[in-house]
Amino acid sequence: MTSVMPNVLEGSPGFSPCKTHRNRQQRLCTRLQNRSQRRITLRTGSKFRSTWRKGTDHLATALAVASTILVVAPLLAIFGYLIYKGASSLNWAFFTQIPKPEGEVGGGMANAIVGSGVLLGLASLIGVPIGIGGGVFLAEFGRGTKLANAVRFTADVLNGVPSIVMGVAVYGLVVTPAMPFSAISGGIALGIMMIPTVTRTTEEMLLMVPHSVREAALALGVPNWRSVLSITIKTASPGIITGCMLAFARVAGETAPLIFTAFGNSNWSVALNRPISALPLEIYRYAISPYDDQHRQAWAAALVLVVLIVAAVSLVRYVAGRGVLKGAS
Amino acid sequence: MGVGIEVTNLNAWYGANHTLQDINLNIPANHATALIGPSGCGKSTFVRCLNRMHETNPIARVTGTVRIGDLDIYADAKPVEIRRRVGMVFQRPNPFPTMSIYDNVAAGLKLNGYNNRHVLDEIVERSLKDSALWDEVKDDLKKKSGASLSGGQQQRLCIARALAVDPEVLLMDEPASALDPVSTSKIEDLIFQLKSQYTIVIVTHNMQQAARVAEKTGFFLNGRMVEFDSTHKIFTNPSDKRTEDYITGRFG
Repeated sequence: MTSVMPNVLEGSPGFSPCKTHRNRQQRLCTRLQNRSQRRITLRTGSKFRSTWRKGTDHLATALAVASTILVVAPLLAIFGYLIYKGASSLNWAFFTQIPKPEGEVGGGMANAIVGSGVLLGLASLIGVPIGIGGGVFLAEFGRGTKLANAVRFTADVLNGVPSIVMGVAVYGLVVTPAMPFSAISGGIALGIMMIPTVTRTTEEMLLMVPHSVREAALALGVPNWRSVLSITIKTASPGIITGCMLAFARVAGETAPLIFTAFGNSNWSVALNRPISALPLEIYRYAISPYDDQHRQAWAAALVLVVLIVAAVSLVRYVAGRGVLKGAS
Repeated sequence: MGVGIEVTNLNAWYGANHTLQDINLNIPANHATALIGPSGCGKSTFVRCLNRMHETNPIARVTGTVRIGDLDIYADAKPVEIRRRVGMVFQRPNPFPTMSIYDNVAAGLKLNGYNNRHVLDEIVERSLKDSALWDEVKDDLKKKSGASLSGGQQQRLCIARALAVDPEVLLMDEPASALDPVSTSKIEDLIFQLKSQYTIVIVTHNMQQAARVAEKTGFFLNGRMVEFDSTHKIFTNPSDKRTEDYITGRFG
């Protein structure tokens, strides 16, 4: 065994010991020259082609702008129309008083605003833990098992169940003589509706956490359950929170499931075992009433509902976002 | 202090793929040992068998014995205990993105329920000093996220994180392959210093790196260990033709 160094040079580019190799290099050079010439013709030769390219570029930009406008326009239109129709009916009484008897002018929806808050609080208490738990199971512990596939399928089906059916089902299962129409049954109906959205977004977000981050935790001797809890879920938390907010905003406007469960209430009531009022229910009731003043109040309630949803979502995002350090990706 | 590693008849599979075949090898304590070989030859699988990370893949299987110090890691202990004694640094820096620099280093201890603030402070400082990162980050330990550091700093952060749980062995799976030359040389200096306290096993594609940092080098090919000897011997006078072909660049 002698020095091994000379072998290293063999086969390196620019070092052509034999004739065929040199020929091949020459041919390669000619080919490259031809190609660059052709490219020059392409660039300067055809004016039509360059106009065509600019044209398609402008067209694509215009289409993108148009799509953006089409996406944003309905949102702005709805919001604008709600302000136009509802803002004038908003006053102090609207937020502090309960509805006046039929036909009387004035009154407010304080009970419906608080009722919606109670119902959504209950729904979140039910929907968020169960939903996140399901998502964690799907992404971390049950991956690939039959049970996980069944759970995922069920969640997707549940997502497609019409809300009125959900209302009727909860009416049949929960509303009994012992527990009549109540805030609890309304909360259960809304909570069940939250579960599939929360579960599926949690799963998706957890699966997006890079494998390397999980490995890092395991390689430190951290037990798997602890790693899932403190590393994976924490890393995915912004996305999971977004999912919860999405589900929250969706059920906040649901009317149908509440008709048979929370039922509505024209008086002050925050008792969990009694019928309770909610903004969507009041909007529905007032919108089909024969009185102009109630129509106006329905518009105002719709505006308040939208603003409250936006406010709640923004608040949660702000509070949750503050915990994340600067510079984290 | 580091301990030696004794590997006997180690075989490993991914599904039907027999990735490691009859590996026998003694890795000396308190030295750096390099593993070289072409991609897919089983080097990474081998180091992952040394801290039982291999089995985190559900289709993976392993047979044979690995003794780290007095401990037969496949018979006497749970995977989590092994991994606390055998630290690992990965190819791509993988700090926990939502944690501060401090929390990244303390993660191994905190997540195992260790919460004494003063002791943690001390360990974090010592680990960051040992990984030559302390001077660069000491002012924003708790302000900055681990992910906000540069690639080379992140990798040294990962080394600090591994050192914080006070392992006996440090496995490094191509620790510098995603880094620029300056960061690479910092990591190499670090390995040089650390090997007096830990047993280091480093997988690398960079043969100069193996020559610079390691006393012993093993050459892997197609799931087998072809040759294991002193680094000097492997690079100047290998006994096996295949080793010679590889280090002279005739294949791989």
